[in-house]
Amino acid sequence: MELLIQQAITGIATGGIYACMALAVVMIFQAIHHLNFAQGEMAMFSTFIAWQLLQWGVPYWVVIPATIVIAFFGGVVIERVVMRPFSKAPVLSHIVVFIGLFAIINSTAGFIWEFTIKPLASPFGEGSQLGGLISNHQIGMILVTLLVLVFLFVFFRYTRVGLKMRAAAENPESARLVGIPVSRMVSLGWGMAAAIGAIAGILIAPIVFLEPNMMLSILLYGFAGAVLGGLTSPPGAVIGGFAVGLIETMAGTYIPVIGGELKLPIALVLIVGVLTFKPTGLFGRTIVQRV
Amino acid sequence: MSTNSFAETRDAASGQTEGIWSIGRLVTLAVLLIAIAIPFVAKNFLIFQLTLMIIYAIAIIGLNLLTGINGQFSLGHGAFYAVGAYTAAIMIDQFGASYLWTLPVAGILCFITGFLFGLPALRLEGIYLALATFALAVVTPQLFKLSPFEHWTGGIMGIVIGKPTAPLGLPLNDDQWLYFFSLFVAVIAYVCAKNLIGSRTGRALMAIRDNPIAARSMGINTALYKSLAFGLSALYTGVAGALGAIVIQFINPDSFHFALSVALLVGLVVGGVGWLPGAIFGAAFIVFVPNIAEEISKGLSGAAYGVMLIALMLVMPTGAGGLIRSGLRYLRGK
Repeated sequence: MELLIQQAITGIATGGIYACMALAVVMIFQAIHHLNFAQGEMAMFSTFIAWQLLQWGVPYWVVIPATIVIAFFGGVVIERVVMRPFSKAPVLSHIVVFIGLFAIINSTAGFIWEFTIKPLASPFGEGSQLGGLISNHQIGMILVTLLVLVFLFVFFRYTRVGLKMRAAAENPESARLVGIPVSRMVSLGWGMAAAIGAIAGILIAPIVFLEPNMMLSILLYGFAGAVLGGLTSPPGAVIGGFAVGLIETMAGTYIPVIGGELKLPIALVLIVGVLTFKPTGLFGRTIVQRV
Repeated sequence: MSTNSFAETRDAASGQTEGIWSIGRLVTLAVLLIAIAIPFVAKNFLIFQLTLMIIYAIAIIGLNLLTGINGQFSLGHGAFYAVGAYTAAIMIDQFGASYLWTLPVAGILCFITGFLFGLPALRLEGIYLALATFALAVVTPQLFKLSPFEHWTGGIMGIVIGKPTAPLGLPLNDDQWLYFFSLFVAVIAYVCAKNLIGSRTGRALMAIRDNPIAARSMGINTALYKSLAFGLSALYTGVAGALGAIVIQFINPDSFHFALSVALLVGLVVGGVGWLPGAIFGAAFIVFVPNIAEEISKGLSGAAYGVMLIALMLVMPTGAGGLIRSGLRYLRGK
């Protein structure tokens, strides 16, 4: 029983990482209706910026807002410069452009900061609660994820800008006709997704260490969480992320074949399973297509 | 030469399409002649690279059958390539099979795997399918590291196999022989794919791509054909994988990293989606461009590659195929 509780707490703590990532994935999916394979790399790059600022002796409470702002503008710039020319291109071109972005960001980060792993101090300090079961950092991570979720919920439901963004993603033509600046909304979506990615990166890096390739498997779990919760639902994505963390930890502990080595394939099984049996995820809406 | 003159008379008779036909035939013939001549003048390392290029071209033809002809995405074809490669390596290593036999076995095994993966893929479209196959690609290396299969796969250490030599006392060195062998397989693969597209099955696949609902109402079994497309595509990729294992003589789980699947997709898009000969251009891109990027800058080779990729998508969004088509249209003054 004690083991079960311990594993559940570990699972939820790991789930916090995936929930962060899933949230960023769903955000950008809402803004542009594409899955950005370079999302993880963008988050990684922002985290490196935070690390660099810390190295220069900037205090943490300045570093975090600064990184978020830099990431936001980075996202907007990428949208304006790289993605804008492809706004009418087919999905396959988008995927290739994302691959290009992936290569550029990964290689640039490796060039500037090298491929050795670096520790990143937690913004919540050392120490742990519940008799060492869960660290302060993990608690902080879960709280921040929930906070971001509440912020996004309020933003998308009750603010004019949030409503405009949803309209622009849902139906660009009609949105443009009622006077919504669709292209600006898309840029804003990219900026916000990059900013959330930066938050996710700063929260994740103290746990997994910082290096240019840190995000690939996390992105996969983030996708799994997003798919499980439904790509159209930010709260669903967060719940999905926590669920993936729990499933991963539990399966690793209680199913002997899986152990440590089969953890990544669990994400594959989850993604394929959910997409096969319930493509909209647990909380997503069914998208009805007009013939 | 007799077949050639036959083609000419038929072309002359068919009148209107004469220009296109003779140009197409001549180009095909010229490409084949150059391909046969190269190994006698090139250095061994270049021959090796070209062999790899031919092998990737086979895999890209397979991916093209799925994406270009049937309209389904796959970011996970590296997985089928890996299955083919492991089939070949295990057959040679454990059972002492001749490398010739590994190709059909790898093909059949991959067909089955692909067909089965195609079943859940039936319910997925566009970005969702890309996602599921992306997961497949990322997971592949881990699957081959699993301890229960270690006896067969050699775990992280992988499998080393010997290099086949030219049969029948042909005066060719190993590299040259493997080059011709791959070329032979590639030509067969290309002809089969071309005939498939022209057949009833091919038309059904294209109908599904263009309008699945209309295709279904015309009596096409979309579920069967979509799974079939996945299976056939996996078959091509698996044969390519088997060839790749034979040529490189070494495989381990990390040879089939996510980057391989990405490279195949990039090759497809660069060559031109839906245009089979584009596979050569795409394969050349994925074999040689990373080297060029490396020369531009050692540390930033990935960035150089990414920039080239995005620039390419910008200037020729339809790939080499689209570029050649519009070039021909311009020459004909239309």
